[in-house]
Amino acid sequence: MTEPLLQVEHLTVTYETRQGPVRAVDDVSFTLQRGEVLGLVGESGCGKSTLGMALLRMVRPPGKITSGRILFQGRDLMQLSEKEMRQLRGRHISMVFQDPMTSLNPLQRIGDHIVETIRVHEPKVSKKEAWDRAAQLIQRLGISPDRLKDYPHQLSGGMRQRIMIGIGLALNADLIIADEPTTSLDVIVEAQFLDLLRELRDEFNLTMILITHNIGVVAELADRVAVMYAGRMAEIGPVQPIFHNTLHPYTRGLLASVPSIRLEDGLELETLSGAPPSLLEPPPGCRFHPRCPQARPVCSEKTPPWKEVHPGHGTACWLYAEEEA
Amino acid sequence: MRSLGRYLLMRTLLTIPMIFVLVTMVFIILRVMPGDPVKASIRPGAPQEYIDEIRHSLGLDKPLYVQYGEYLWDLLHFDLGTTLSPVRGQSVAEQIWQHFPATLELSLAAMLVTAVVGIGLGAYAAHHRRSLADYSLRLYGIVIYSIPVFWLGLMFQLVFGVWLGWLPIAGRISSLSAAPEHITGLYTVDSILTHNWPALKDSVLHLIMPAMTLGLYLSGVFVRLTRSNMLQVLKMDFVTAARARGIPERTVVYRHALKNALIPIITMLGLQFALLLAGAVLTESTFSWPGLGRFLVERITYRDFPSIQGTVVVFALLVASVSLLVDILYAWIDPRIRY
Repeated sequence: MTEPLLQVEHLTVTYETRQGPVRAVDDVSFTLQRGEVLGLVGESGCGKSTLGMALLRMVRPPGKITSGRILFQGRDLMQLSEKEMRQLRGRHISMVFQDPMTSLNPLQRIGDHIVETIRVHEPKVSKKEAWDRAAQLIQRLGISPDRLKDYPHQLSGGMRQRIMIGIGLALNADLIIADEPTTSLDVIVEAQFLDLLRELRDEFNLTMILITHNIGVVAELADRVAVMYAGRMAEIGPVQPIFHNTLHPYTRGLLASVPSIRLEDGLELETLSGAPPSLLEPPPGCRFHPRCPQARPVCSEKTPPWKEVHPGHGTACWLYAEEEA
Repeated sequence: MRSLGRYLLMRTLLTIPMIFVLVTMVFIILRVMPGDPVKASIRPGAPQEYIDEIRHSLGLDKPLYVQYGEYLWDLLHFDLGTTLSPVRGQSVAEQIWQHFPATLELSLAAMLVTAVVGIGLGAYAAHHRRSLADYSLRLYGIVIYSIPVFWLGLMFQLVFGVWLGWLPIAGRISSLSAAPEHITGLYTVDSILTHNWPALKDSVLHLIMPAMTLGLYLSGVFVRLTRSNMLQVLKMDFVTAARARGIPERTVVYRHALKNALIPIITMLGLQFALLLAGAVLTESTFSWPGLGRFLVERITYRDFPSIQGTVVVFALLVASVSLLVDILYAWIDPRIRY
């Protein structure tokens, strides 16, 4: 196996709040190979967006990365200076945000967004060249190059989201982090956008972290899935096993709660009982145990260790770690 | 563009009733107020027949509604009338026109100070939120705005004029003979146009203190306004997105964010500018600055009705046209705004 593009080791992000420290991301580890799409799923507030921002070292104060390593192309991002980090953002790691309506500068033309980004990272490129590159790019994304002269408010949500992806593609970013990219789009536009992402993935061999609470999106696009719960990693594995050979009870609950049009009459949609715990005072042991249908005494006492149950498919759950208990 | 034209036309038409109301109010108040322009302009103790004769020749003995009607009729023909006192028979329009450049020059300079100091420091405070600089600047914002502007002017005069002797404390220029040839009426601009460097130095030195007084006084509001607007904008997604694209922090803050924060600030700036044009009365008086504000105060003491009314009309027109200009500027800065 070649060296992974991204290697996150024991990453912890802590928010200092008045009520005390909150670990939004707690001891999270995973790797990402070049050309791979990782779906990062979990309920709202489970720390997945914070994790995304942490990879760019852009966690907003009072949040801070308190421990762990982020190895990107073999370099530890925690050791880089702010300037080196800035040169990495946009150039090597590009971020697509949730709401395309607000993530473009309303006073800047679409084209200037792309041109500015290209020229910040490649100062030798002339304005004209950068503009031409932007034109080619958005044509590939299915938008007429004339629209480069438009302002963000003149574009639809779907178009703007394509522009956001385009900004990442403009510099051939090694890694694209997409944080809920389709959440604010309507269903039809979402489907089109996902189709486009799939095409781009194959065409540009994109490496992507797709943060979402929508399991369906993950099923469509991801090669591997990482499930987070209350700041911790619950399960990581390839898409098929995650869906058909689920390990963690939380993942099972998540999958069961996906509504389907084909749901048979009279069949109730399963929901997870209870609510995600407060991260201020997380439950001891496994954080999922108060909601877990298979909880046992040990679950409320000790944090379950990470266990690779099948090659490449691991989980943190006492159901699979009995021998060591 | 057609809608912009219609908008401008509407706004222009709306100024007519506004001016009508203003003129009517000023006309009535002046007549109700004690004091008489004729008595104010002649020696005390002059015979009553003489006073009556002058009153008659000026039409001041006519019924009020006739005087009012005549004034409006003249106004419709863009005639602001002639002065009553201290000197009779001068054209009011000419008087205003003579005093206007001084006010314009002071207002422009003060606005420049306000904009640079207020917006600059405000943006800096927002960028360095919760730092010592931020707290000091917020304090500055309140303190400078609470100081009476004439007191600030007096202190400047004391320190820089009297103690240090660096700057002249009154007037626009050392002597009238030193004034540059009249082109625009703005001494600084005229001296540059005529390459009259001694006059430029002299007029700039005279301009510094009054402009700083007014400009710094107004900058307090803008420090606070810019800061709070910037803080809001800095929280917006597109700022985070710009950072995530690797745009340098200074570009993010002072280009992307500041431009977005400026939109409401420009309105305030425009309104302040209009108010400045409408006579920075206290500052002009403190520094004996021969502008419209001082002219108005002087004419009020003389009860020179036509001059007062005329000045008020001109002020109203200035305020209306500046705010119209601000609206146009708005549409130019923010592509989302269309009229």
